[in-house]
Amino acid sequence: MKMNMKKILALICALAMMLLVFAGCQSSGKDEGGDAEGETAQVEETAGVPLENIKVGVIHIGDPATGSGYSYTHDQGIVAMQKELGLSDEQIVRKNNIDDSDATAIENAMRECVEEGCNIIFATSWGYMDTCEALAEEYPDVFFSHGTGYKSNGTNFNNYFGRIYQARYLSGIAAGLKTQTGKIGYVSAQGVENGECTSGIDAFAMGVASVNPDAVVEVKITNSWYDPEGEGQAAQALIDDGCDVIAQHCDTNNPQIVARDNGVWGVGYNSDMTSEVGDSVLTSVVWNWGAYYTAAVKNVMDGTWTVGQNVENYYGSMADGLCNITDLSAEAAEGTQDAVNVAAAAIIDGSFDVFTGTYTDAEGNMIGCDGAMETNDGSVIEVDGTNYAAITAYYKNVVVK
Amino acid sequence: MISLDFILKFIVAAVAAGTPLLFGTVGEILSEKVGHLNLGVEGMMSIGALTGFMAGYGSHNLAVSMIAAFAGGMVSALIYAVLTIGFMANQNVIGLTLTIFGVGFANFVGVYMVGKTSSNTWQLSADLISQMKSIHIPLLSDIPVIGKLIFSYDPFTYTGIIIALICGWYLFKTKAGLNTQAIGENPAAADAASIQVTKWKFINIVLGGGICGIGGAYCSMIINGGVWISDCVGGLGWISVALVIFAAWRPQTAILGSFIFGALRVLKYYMPSVIPIAFFNMLPFIITAAVLLIASIRGTKGSHIPENLGFNYFREDR
Repeated sequence: MKMNMKKILALICALAMMLLVFAGCQSSGKDEGGDAEGETAQVEETAGVPLENIKVGVIHIGDPATGSGYSYTHDQGIVAMQKELGLSDEQIVRKNNIDDSDATAIENAMRECVEEGCNIIFATSWGYMDTCEALAEEYPDVFFSHGTGYKSNGTNFNNYFGRIYQARYLSGIAAGLKTQTGKIGYVSAQGVENGECTSGIDAFAMGVASVNPDAVVEVKITNSWYDPEGEGQAAQALIDDGCDVIAQHCDTNNPQIVARDNGVWGVGYNSDMTSEVGDSVLTSVVWNWGAYYTAAVKNVMDGTWTVGQNVENYYGSMADGLCNITDLSAEAAEGTQDAVNVAAAAIIDGSFDVFTGTYTDAEGNMIGCDGAMETNDGSVIEVDGTNYAAITAYYKNVVVK
Repeated sequence: MISLDFILKFIVAAVAAGTPLLFGTVGEILSEKVGHLNLGVEGMMSIGALTGFMAGYGSHNLAVSMIAAFAGGMVSALIYAVLTIGFMANQNVIGLTLTIFGVGFANFVGVYMVGKTSSNTWQLSADLISQMKSIHIPLLSDIPVIGKLIFSYDPFTYTGIIIALICGWYLFKTKAGLNTQAIGENPAAADAASIQVTKWKFINIVLGGGICGIGGAYCSMIINGGVWISDCVGGLGWISVALVIFAAWRPQTAILGSFIFGALRVLKYYMPSVIPIAFFNMLPFIITAAVLLIASIRGTKGSHIPENLGFNYFREDR
């Protein structure tokens, strides 16, 4: 028995070594291919990359096939881009379930994309940022486009995100008009130190205050981007405390389901949650990543972005079509549509950007803090919408519960 | 601000949070009582979540889903039982493998089913969801305080309590149960006393798996409101394994224990936000450690760890 085990082990080792040798040959072969493509790209530098030579890599933190949530919405954007530009399925390389805290996995996934000949790689999660930065230096002829971060290099590595707070402001109007108890709940994935969540809460709270100055926004924090049980429990606790509209910045639709089952209302996020929950979801704050992905690939194609020379950061808005709220449900309060329309028009024409600018509502009131936000501890801080990560204080009507 | 009404709501939320833990804990107790540490609770719950959800999707009937979840849990526990009892494989390794397999398998089938639907969401019918709602018994549920405290939960909670009571009676009051416990303490001695060790190990492990499976169905059907999402059990299986220690291997104690753990899990949402959330996440485990410590100091009889837990029984080794 012992001898047999040794023989089997030896055999396995030998097989593994052979496999490694073959794998080595294969990848070096592909490397040459990649270099060759790099050369052609350089020849056509000014003319951009023709459609048939485009190859897009996407790094997903989850599995887009799950039908909802973060990776799904990003992938819907990729699909929209593919349709719009007429790319074939072979021109999209997807790497799914890449844990964004696993540096080796990220690097491998991106290198595989490069080896398969991608000229632009979209990295959809925060944690991919540093790997993008390093690989952008190593592969100067490939674009690395990183979502939700802040680093870029100006030549082949950019950063993209959007003014989702604009849509959250509008959803705040719907919530503020609906509430009867004057308490609106908000399930947030991260605490006040996380600018992405905090700027969203502030914008939402400003939307609430613009139509219902007496209402408060009660925030509960789950401390996790994905906690199906905790998100539902947090919503239940908010309802138990008297909230009758539940908004959320977290991944599952459980807060909305809990709201529905308690006979109150809610505001969804990421995808149109009326399809899963029903009309108790007054509206949902949604991304349309297709707007960016299409624009970015177009820029590569027509030479607006040229590797080694320039690439711009992207911070899209409602006017760019990157984010919006979904159609109001039948249960939204009367007059919500009109109030939303007035604010949306001001946001889209640029006169009002939630944190900066002002507009006049239907009753003739001047709305907007215009760069000076009153916080819930009584101080006033300077804000603008250009750097969401810098806003780490809550608006005056927010209560952390 | 803290009114009686608010406290009642907190207790109701705590019981709801404790229910899936109750199933997982009672199931694991049955398995550990015959000396088999099954770390596959998370996996068995995931498979139960899947089969229960699937049956509910097809039949629109809550009882059918519960039975299917029970069956799914039994089948997955059977894999564990065959490998650890029949083939004498290492219990820890097989348990961990079962967790990885179960979670992956449930996600795999779930994603496939999501893809098959036109709306891209795999969800249960409104008819079934109305059956899953918390019960309302006309007169009893309307009694102030007590009605809310006792007669306002969903069918799973009552099922769980009944199962735990039956298991407690079985383990401590019936001959078969006492024999079972003997196996967990000293299988060789039990064997010598003509107890059929292999048979009773199979029965307990498989039944335990079935009970875990119902807990899984609670996750996919109640916690997530009848909408399928990946990783729906979300680590509750692991907490159940810890709860077995807290409950001192007694199903009746598990009822109280799981509701206390449930309370600790929702406490962070019902307390003022002055204390960091990380502290609340840590609480259940600190309390488990404290209970272990107290139990070892007091040295209570009958509530200690089964002597032969984690070891396979080779008859020929005697």
